[in-house]
Amino acid sequence: MIAGVISRISGPVVLSDQMRGSKMYDVVKVGAEELNGEIIRLDGDLAVVQVYEDTSGLKVGEKVLNTETPLSVELGPGLLSSIYDGIQRPLPVLVKRSGSFISRGISVPGIDKEKKWEFAPTAKTGDRVSGGDIIGTVKEYNIEHRIMVPPLISGTIREIRSGAFTVEDPICIFDDGNPLTMLQKWPVRRGRPYKKKQDPRSLLVTGQRIFDTMFPVAKGGTAMIPGGFGTGKTVAEQTLAKWSDTQIVVYIGCGERGNEMTDVLTEFPELVDPRTKMPLIQRTILIANTSNMPVAAREASIYTGVTMAEYYRDMGYDVALMADSTSRWGEALREVSGRLEEMPGEEGYPAYLATRLAAFYERAGRVVCLGSDERLGSITIVGAVSPPGGDFSEPITQNTLRIAGTFWALDTSLAYRRHFPSVNWIKSYSLYLDSIQEWFEQNGFDEWKEMRDMTMYLLQKEVELQEIVQLVGPDALPESEKAILEVTRMIREDFLQQSAYHEIDSFCPLEKQYWMLKVILNFYNRTSEAMNRGVALNKILKLPLKPEIGRMKELADVEKIKYLMGEIDKNIAALEVER
Amino acid sequence: MKPVSLLTKELKTVNYVSGPLIFVQSVKGVSYGEIARITLPNGDERTGQVLDISRDLAVIQVFEGTSGIDNKETRVQFTGKPPTIDVSIDLLGRILNGVGKPRDGGPDIIPETSLDINGMPINPYARDKPADFIQTGMSTIDALTTLVRGQKLPIFSGAGLPANKLAAQIARQAKVLGEGEKFAVVFVAMGITYKEASFFMDDFERTGALERVVFFMNLADDPTIERLATPRCALTVAEYLAFTHNLHVLVILTDMINYCEALREISTAREEVPGRRGYPGYMYTDLASLYERAGRIKGKKGSITQIPILTMPDDDITHPVPDLTGYITEGQIVLSRDLYRRGANPPIDVLPCLSRLMNLGIGPGKTREDHRNVADQLYASYAYGRDLRRLVAIVGEEALTELDKKYLKFADEFEKKFITQGDENRSLERTLEISWDLMSMLPEEELKRIKLDYIRKYHPAYRKG
Repeated sequence: MIAGVISRISGPVVLSDQMRGSKMYDVVKVGAEELNGEIIRLDGDLAVVQVYEDTSGLKVGEKVLNTETPLSVELGPGLLSSIYDGIQRPLPVLVKRSGSFISRGISVPGIDKEKKWEFAPTAKTGDRVSGGDIIGTVKEYNIEHRIMVPPLISGTIREIRSGAFTVEDPICIFDDGNPLTMLQKWPVRRGRPYKKKQDPRSLLVTGQRIFDTMFPVAKGGTAMIPGGFGTGKTVAEQTLAKWSDTQIVVYIGCGERGNEMTDVLTEFPELVDPRTKMPLIQRTILIANTSNMPVAAREASIYTGVTMAEYYRDMGYDVALMADSTSRWGEALREVSGRLEEMPGEEGYPAYLATRLAAFYERAGRVVCLGSDERLGSITIVGAVSPPGGDFSEPITQNTLRIAGTFWALDTSLAYRRHFPSVNWIKSYSLYLDSIQEWFEQNGFDEWKEMRDMTMYLLQKEVELQEIVQLVGPDALPESEKAILEVTRMIREDFLQQSAYHEIDSFCPLEKQYWMLKVILNFYNRTSEAMNRGVALNKILKLPLKPEIGRMKELADVEKIKYLMGEIDKNIAALEVER
Repeated sequence: MKPVSLLTKELKTVNYVSGPLIFVQSVKGVSYGEIARITLPNGDERTGQVLDISRDLAVIQVFEGTSGIDNKETRVQFTGKPPTIDVSIDLLGRILNGVGKPRDGGPDIIPETSLDINGMPINPYARDKPADFIQTGMSTIDALTTLVRGQKLPIFSGAGLPANKLAAQIARQAKVLGEGEKFAVVFVAMGITYKEASFFMDDFERTGALERVVFFMNLADDPTIERLATPRCALTVAEYLAFTHNLHVLVILTDMINYCEALREISTAREEVPGRRGYPGYMYTDLASLYERAGRIKGKKGSITQIPILTMPDDDITHPVPDLTGYITEGQIVLSRDLYRRGANPPIDVLPCLSRLMNLGIGPGKTREDHRNVADQLYASYAYGRDLRRLVAIVGEEALTELDKKYLKFADEFEKKFITQGDENRSLERTLEISWDLMSMLPEEELKRIKLDYIRKYHPAYRKG
């Protein structure tokens, strides 16, 4: 084992001497308290170590031990409903060990080694298996946790057992005598292998109108949510974590507020997945590195999370990963880079920021998993970005824009007027519109594309008209354009706005979204027709239809919304032209 | 913890002095972050903290400044201890300097224990969800940006705006409905003038709250670098009072901008790569290590609620200090010069204000069932009214529709009757009553954010009938 001595300490960065032979990204134990750290640079006998814990109290001359393994996570049954810190230490265990405050130098396993799981084999003696093949299953809450042969391993099964085992008990013995357990370890900085990538083609249903209908993200795609403070990034991330139609959700609180994580921790066990009717926490893995927890662990937390996501993807599941916020992760990179005295790039960020960001987002995707059954799995990554001053020209936003497939631009002025989600419909875009059009059609939403295009056209028109109104006042507009303003206001207030806290509105099924938009556009079409006949706009607006449309979002029954279609046709058609 | 050696060594090896930093050579066995005592040639004693150590060189930041330090006679002694503060329940009613030593001429504090001022991060799993509504008696805060126990809610002010008056009024009026629990205030002055500090002291004295207050005073003419330790000392005391003595502690920190300037000064002296406007790249982490010390802990009765005050340079909310603060705190209260000129008192601009924990503290059983809806409606209507003002400036009021004129009127009345309240201490009931009166100026079908049931129950038109 390589053992060195500390020769310099500067914040989270420690220099260690006599470390020749160490590898990059090896995990080391620093000082008498054995703080966890990772080698991030080698220079002759010197190794530069970033330490995942507070370094106060360390002394020059204390020892540094190299464990000679890269930073890895433990993967196996027991991940779901856990809450970890950035380096996979379960927070409830830390509470038991050190009380309400996190003290240093505690090593705890990521997965409970005592608990027994009921293993049901699906492979049999004599089967020839290789990396990714499923040899059995374990029930983890409501999820079928598929036990896979780890990548890079293969052999013929000599014996396979069934019954209750801990994750470290051998469940399968190969011909060469090597045992297999349910526990896998994987280095976090390396993506888990798969057979091949495919284009994302199906919609990630989130139950949010502005997302699903207007700026959809596909399963296996990437999305970014940038926005100044108070624009609702965290609420959006949490809403997505709650309602996304994936089997697994990984939520990374990266450098954010402690109370927010507590909020998730207390809320998710109570909330019920609208599809499976099970508590949401049972499909969720939480990773919390709050803003006052050590900065180096913040850098690691993103990788810890995505590796767990890949593990469930490899079983053939759809996984959604929320990272809130990637800016804090970038800042952690910057802080460590500064301590290394690297030449800074833009705004002090290291020059490799773009590469690192791209490498992280590229771990998303829809893939054919390893294993002989050609199963498909996906990871969708949604990253929040916190641009300083809400200014999107800063490096993290700009570099993420080059990679992310869907851009949900949060807007401070919308947030100020409590238009939530405060997604700006003019600035946002989705690159998945074409690839998931087929999905919409197959699921019976034939007119989705046309309706969405129409809506975007009207909203764009509104911007132009508003400019005129600002100059000459609303009276100067012709009636037909006033009608557009009325309808776009309806679109904004009655469709795009959605309350994350309303018992019904917080989750809006796709069918309801479809019909709500259809009703509003129908109102516009009928109004235009009536005005062509010569009916005055005022007369149409006086019909009791507007409040009805305004309350659509509170209706749970789609039939009632469909009924409005007819009501609109009937009422507007009945209007007579005044002579 | 290793036993501390009885043998203490003094070094006379100060080699380099720059700004608040001194570099000491041939050091041995020094630990990162420990406290050093520095004795000047004239016998003065100063305190410093180790910022960086390499094999035989230690960089020390000196809290009281480096004037008078030379590189020949000055002696440095390393204590082997992290910076600590002596804490005791008897601190209540005392005035301390920036590092927690009495400055009121009173007796020394007999410590119950001594604590590391850096504290430790609260395990998110051990946190308890903030849920108790604090009635501040201010309509804008209670109705629209509700404060709850364990929250950190800063006041963003501008030079010359009455942020102090607002903070004092909150400290005076704040209470949790239906409770007479023990509370304490920790007041942290960082680089403010004597006049500002005495304003608070007088106010607390007048209301008889003084014996429940711990004052930490680092005034404008006190050493700058001491400011880096002041909030940490104060929050350590707050944690002690809250989690050992079960008090509900309100911490008022003013002015955060001065703290950040001190941080910038140290960073520049260390020749670090500057971030935005010269502030260090780690300012977010540093501020978070203060703000995140607010909260509640499972199984403990006390709580820490923080109200940091900061003056936005040039009223610019995108300046790094308010910006990073806003990203860490759970909302913000923003004062507006515009409203101040119009005579609104307090001049709280509700549109950029926010309380992220509001939903945890309101609703049936806590405040009132219609609270959320009313808040949403007031926001939406006032925002629309404000938009119209801009339009009116261009096209004149005549060009507006009848409905828009009502909105315009609503916005005016909202500022006069709802935002403005002077020294009045309003109950939440009264605040909601005013809200409904204001909303009744608008046609009922415009109240889209409110459930029909609530309209029937609370709208003045139905109440009378």
